[in-house]
Amino acid sequence: MRAGQATTAVIGGGLHGLACALALVQRGQDVVLFERSWIGRRASSATAAGVRTLWRDPAEISLSLEALERWYRMDALVGDDCGFRAGGQIKVAESHAEMEALAARFAQMRELGFHHEELIDARELRRLAPMISEHCVGGLIARRDGAADPHRTIAAFRRAVEGHGAVIREGIAVMALEPAVGGWRVVTDAGSWTVRHVVNAAGAWGAQVCRMVGEVIQFGYKASMVFVTERVEQAFRPVFSTVGRSLSFKQSSQGTLVVGGGIQGGGDLEKGLTQVDFRALAKGAAAAQELFPAIRNVQIVRAWTGLEGKTPDLLPVIGPSARASGVFHIFGFSGHGFELVPLVGEIVADCITYGRSRYDIGSFDVARLLT
Amino acid sequence: MLRPDLLIVGAGPAGMSAAIVAARAGLKVVVVDEQPTPGGQIWRGIEANAGTSRGRALGEQYCSGLATVRTFRECGAVYWPSTRVWQVESTLGTYVTGPGGTRVVAPRLVLIATGAQERPAPFRGWTLPGVMTVGAAQILLKNPGSVPSEPVWIAGCGPLALLYAHQLIRMGGVVAGFLDTRPSTPLRETLQLAGRAALRSSRELAKGASWYAELYCRAGRYVPDVVDLQALGTDQLEGVRYRTAAGRVEEIRTSLLLVHEGVLPELHTVRSLGCEIQWDAGQAAYRPVLNEWGECSHPDILIAGDAAGIGGAVAAVHRGRLSALRILQRLGKVAAEPEMTEENCRAALAHALVLRPFLDRVFRPREQVFAPDDDTIVCRCEELRARDLCAALSGSVGSNQLKAFTRAGMGPCQGRQCGLTVAALIAAAEGRHMSEVQPFRVRPPLKPLRLCDLAGLADESRSS
Amino acid sequence: MFRLLEDDWGRVESTVTIEIDGYPVIAQIGETVASTLLRVEASWSRTTPVSGARRAPYCMMGVCFDCLMLVEGEGLVRACQTSVRAGLKVQRQMGPRKVGPSC
Repeated sequence: MRAGQATTAVIGGGLHGLACALALVQRGQDVVLFERSWIGRRASSATAAGVRTLWRDPAEISLSLEALERWYRMDALVGDDCGFRAGGQIKVAESHAEMEALAARFAQMRELGFHHEELIDARELRRLAPMISEHCVGGLIARRDGAADPHRTIAAFRRAVEGHGAVIREGIAVMALEPAVGGWRVVTDAGSWTVRHVVNAAGAWGAQVCRMVGEVIQFGYKASMVFVTERVEQAFRPVFSTVGRSLSFKQSSQGTLVVGGGIQGGGDLEKGLTQVDFRALAKGAAAAQELFPAIRNVQIVRAWTGLEGKTPDLLPVIGPSARASGVFHIFGFSGHGFELVPLVGEIVADCITYGRSRYDIGSFDVARLLT
Repeated sequence: MLRPDLLIVGAGPAGMSAAIVAARAGLKVVVVDEQPTPGGQIWRGIEANAGTSRGRALGEQYCSGLATVRTFRECGAVYWPSTRVWQVESTLGTYVTGPGGTRVVAPRLVLIATGAQERPAPFRGWTLPGVMTVGAAQILLKNPGSVPSEPVWIAGCGPLALLYAHQLIRMGGVVAGFLDTRPSTPLRETLQLAGRAALRSSRELAKGASWYAELYCRAGRYVPDVVDLQALGTDQLEGVRYRTAAGRVEEIRTSLLLVHEGVLPELHTVRSLGCEIQWDAGQAAYRPVLNEWGECSHPDILIAGDAAGIGGAVAAVHRGRLSALRILQRLGKVAAEPEMTEENCRAALAHALVLRPFLDRVFRPREQVFAPDDDTIVCRCEELRARDLCAALSGSVGSNQLKAFTRAGMGPCQGRQCGLTVAALIAAAEGRHMSEVQPFRVRPPLKPLRLCDLAGLADESRSS
Repeated sequence: MFRLLEDDWGRVESTVTIEIDGYPVIAQIGETVASTLLRVEASWSRTTPVSGARRAPYCMMGVCFDCLMLVEGEGLVRACQTSVRAGLKVQRQMGPRKVGPSC
């Protein structure tokens, strides 16, 4: 690869940027990836790393089921299983009314022809989670779901991307995208690159990259918080969420308990700063404790906030730009993009290489967000 | 929610001195400290020990703390002992947990006076029961008054190691041997530095020299120029192997080894707030970037005492007072005591720091402190060896990425014991200077926090 | 590993009894669990959750987190920051602790 030239430039060194770079470089392209800070700095390392098909928007289900299959074959894709453990994901009902909501969802899934979600009663719930509070009446489970280790995933994708010869440039910010002969000039704070294609995988900053090519979209961001406890003996295999509150709860392979679920902390997109809001996070702690009273004395050792893009319909933006030819988007996963990592990069790589994808990505078209 | 004018973190020399000036001038002051009694590490247990034979054995400087502690008790500041601060927000919302439960305080200004911690100096076997720091042993001397049950081996470099040996001998303890890890300084340079210091602080200098002389005469053995240590044993320390600069390797049998390689500013809180820090080559430590009042890069946070840069107890007192004077100025108050002027404090501070360049130079840490061998555990919590960390260091991986990839710094101590070594390993691997490497970010809570204590805050916000 | 000095403060009859792993241990009022532990024969405080290695109090000032013990059933408590009181029940923390009704 000549300095300053590549077939495709990927903007953003999160997992989706890495996965797309990997898919492109595997197709024989010269790829350069620009990351403003360092690989995996933002949502990719702040995620609770749920591998979840459960309770997804119907528009995302097919993709998520296909992505799930890839999690089972992750080793073949990136040379590491990324710490994926398939303990299932359970949406817990804390009342009969909530159980009815789960039953309605179950019926809807059957109607749409999906069979990955299954209703379970209180007895099965207790078999899967012996320590769950008495008041929980049942749940909805996706048994093949699970969770992975975000840091191992980042490391594995990084190794794979570099191993295939893509160039990763950390500490370099993209300032502008200018049309050039046969493609785009990517103007960075460390020189310009000429490329044929640009992939916008800038996460919470995805809309800023859109603006560089004249697309103004409706877009917000999330600053979701997670906390993690000391290591305790292995006791929880599935990942738990609830119908009525913001909670996700799992135990990592190290034994730490990881609690998230989309409770919002403080975030400043311009400065790139985040702050944990413990008063808000307290609700997550209270929810976890009410679901599992036995963990009340477990010690919290770390908490953090990640910055992640958010669209009005909470669906991601995947596919070609509406205004700029040669520009492709992968961002705006609204807090549930981790599971889709092994698939979406490939879809966009197909769009770039073959002009189309065999998956239906109509619902994720950026055009729906244009103002 | 309590809204004091000033929240002070730490009731050591700096925190107490600042609290006295601020409270007497009429400010509402809250002082939070982890210990059950005031005094910090240096004056720990002073109220119980003063006037006893133990107090006398601990020395004049120790006993001098009693006056400050008494004044502090009566100054009108609200004092929360046995209380830990586990989060300070950039808007100064401060979360504390203590005997009174978990509370949130919203002060107008915060003074961080968290003091120092001993420099983590990893060597093979340093995690074994039986290896402790000299500072730990000195704490035991002050409360409850324990000494090693057998003649003890001390390995280290720094005034604290000498002071402890001196105090121990005075209390009837026995030093089996002293492995001096102080790198040799050319005699001419030592004399020059000492000469300059002696003009203004000859008494202190003489005291130090006498400790050395005492050690030389009273310790079973005195071994100079020790460059490397290895603690031997499986479940418990059984012996120590050491190597001298001349390459001599020897082994001794002991079940207790006290180690010390100097002290560092305790910057956990400061760094969690993202306050700017810099590498201080003279002290071989990170320190906060401060102006002459102790104001840092955050407009409403001041830092005083050893947390501002190692200066010792007397300097801490004057730094605490100076910061308090600045706080009074900012909040439109004046000091109650006429002699409490900027000029007086600055003169006293300068005098207290006269010996510092000499101490920093002569007691600088040996190179091996920053370059543990492959087999040495660097992160005590996650039991990661230098080898594990170096293996993850391919490419230009920063501290935060190294932490993510290896879990170094993710355990209960939250990087307090490995942060500096990790930064040094990165600097070495990339051929960069320490000033170009940042230690990893600090995540809250600053101290582990029970899930139910956090959950309790949800009830509080619901009711309010 | 340590013994009490017999000076004029140490002689004062001001002791309490605490329990370490079920065994009664005499402590001085005002001292910490860690300083008490360091006078018993096996003065280690825990085994690590990573490799099961034994650890003992190291820094005594709350920054090494190696003197973590179970204090009245609460885990990950720094023994060096915990004052003794009569009847206090302390256990060595063995590896990753169990979560359960007693935790």
